[in-house]
Amino acid sequence: MPRPFLALAYQFQWSVLWTNPYLGWLLWGLLTTLALTVAAWILATALGAFFGAARTAPSRLLRGAGTVYVEFFRNVPLLVWMFLWYFGVPELLPAAVQDWLNRHHGEFIAAVAALGVYHGARMAEIVRAGIQSVPGTLMEAALSTGLTLVQAYRLVVLPIALRLIVPPITNDSLNLLKNSSLALTISVAETTFMTRQIESYTAKGFEAITAGTLIYLVLCLGVSTILSRVERRVAIPGLIVRGGGAAN
Amino acid sequence: MTLDFSVIADNWRFLVVQGLLGIGAFGGGTLALAVPTIVLGFLLGVGVALGRLSSRAWLRRPATLYVELIRGVPLVMVVFWFWFFIPIATGVALPQYWVALVAFVVFEAAYLGEIIRAGIQSVPRGQVEAAEATGLRYWATMRFVILPQAVRNMLPSLVTQFIILVKDTSLASIIGYMDLTKAAQTVNQREIRPFELYLFIAVVYWILTYGMSLGSRALERRMAAGATRRIAEAGS
Repeated sequence: MPRPFLALAYQFQWSVLWTNPYLGWLLWGLLTTLALTVAAWILATALGAFFGAARTAPSRLLRGAGTVYVEFFRNVPLLVWMFLWYFGVPELLPAAVQDWLNRHHGEFIAAVAALGVYHGARMAEIVRAGIQSVPGTLMEAALSTGLTLVQAYRLVVLPIALRLIVPPITNDSLNLLKNSSLALTISVAETTFMTRQIESYTAKGFEAITAGTLIYLVLCLGVSTILSRVERRVAIPGLIVRGGGAAN
Repeated sequence: MTLDFSVIADNWRFLVVQGLLGIGAFGGGTLALAVPTIVLGFLLGVGVALGRLSSRAWLRRPATLYVELIRGVPLVMVVFWFWFFIPIATGVALPQYWVALVAFVVFEAAYLGEIIRAGIQSVPRGQVEAAEATGLRYWATMRFVILPQAVRNMLPSLVTQFIILVKDTSLASIIGYMDLTKAAQTVNQREIRPFELYLFIAVVYWILTYGMSLGSRALERRMAAGATRRIAEAGS
C-alpha cells in the first residue's frame, strides 16, 4: 500500500470555509483589514506629506523635527509600535479617555495609530526624495512670484512631487496592507486574526490559512492592478523617480 | 499614572542578555535569529535571483512564481504556514526557533532575491562577455566578475532589507520564541509597565538598526574608495 504523502492522518475539510459562522468571520476580517488599511493610509500620507516636506524646508527646526520623526519611527519594529500604542500610550492618558477607548474599540484606534505613524515615516522619506527631485529653480520661481513658502510647497512643488512618487507610494501602500496583519497581536479582528480564530474553533488550520493567504494575494493583486493604472495616468512624461523600493 | 523607569534597571539583564543576546534559561535571542536569517536568506536570495535571470524556463518560472507569491502575503501568514504545515507534513512539531528561521528565510529570500537580481542586472553586459571571452565558465563568471560588482551596486538596498529583516524577527514572539519583544512581554506580565518596557525595547531596536545603517554608510564609502583606488592602480 502506498504511503500517503502527508504522514499524519490529517483530514482535509475545506467546507469549514463556507459554513456559518466561519464564512462570516472571513468576510468580517476582510472588511476590517480594508477599513484598517484605508484609515492608516490616510494618516500615513498626511504625516508623510508634512514631515517629508519639513525635511526639505529651509528652517533647521523643521528639518530636525522631520529627521527625528523619520529615523525614530522607521527603525523600530511595527510590532513594538502596536504594543506601545495599544498597551503603553493609554496609560499616559486620563482615566476618562481610557474608559472611552475601552468602549470604542481602542484596539482598532491603536492599530491605526501604529500603522499610520510607522508608514508615515516611510512615506516621508519617499516624499522627501520626490521633492528633492523637483528642480530647485521651480521653488525659486514660485517664491519670486510672491508666493509664501507654504503656498510654494502646496501649489507648485508638492503637486509635481506627488505625481513623481506614485510608484514608490504604491509599493509602500501594499506593504501597509500586508503589515495590517500585525494588528492581530492586539486583537483587531482583521483577516489574519479571523484565520487564527477559525483554526482554534475548528482545528482546521491548513484550510483557514489557505483562505487567509488567498484573501491577501487577491487584495494585493487587485490593489496593484488598480494603482498601476493610476501610475500610468499621472506619470509626467520624461520624469521618473526611483527609491522606496524596499519591502515592509 | 506616573512613569517609573526603574523597571528597566531591575530587568535589563533579562531584557538585553536573554531577549537580545539569547543567553539564559530560555535560549532564544533576537540576534540568534537575525544573523542566520541574513546569511541563509542571502544565499537563497542569490539562488532565486539566478533562477529568475536564467534562460531556462523550468528554473525561471518557479523562481518568478515564488517571488510573486511570497510578496503578495504578509510575513505573519508565512510564519503560520510553517507553524501549521510542518507538523502536518512531517508529524513532528519543530521548536519555535526552527519554524521562525525557516519562515523568515523563505520570506526574506523573495525580497532579497529581487534586490540581488537588480544588482546583477546593473552590471554591464560587456563584463559577462569579457569574462566568457577569457574562458571563465558560468559559475566562475558569477563568482569572480558579476557578483563582486553587483554586491557593490546593491549594497544600500541590501542593508535596508537587512534592517527590515532585523525588525521582522520581532514576529517570532507571536509563536512564543523568546526574543527581545517576547522578553518585554514576559516582564510586562509581572510588572505591568507597558509604556516603559515597550519604549525601552523600541530604543534597543533603534540602536541596533540605526547602527546597521551607519555601518553600511561607512562600508559604502570604503568600497567606493577601494574601487577608485583599484581603477587608479590599474591605470597607472
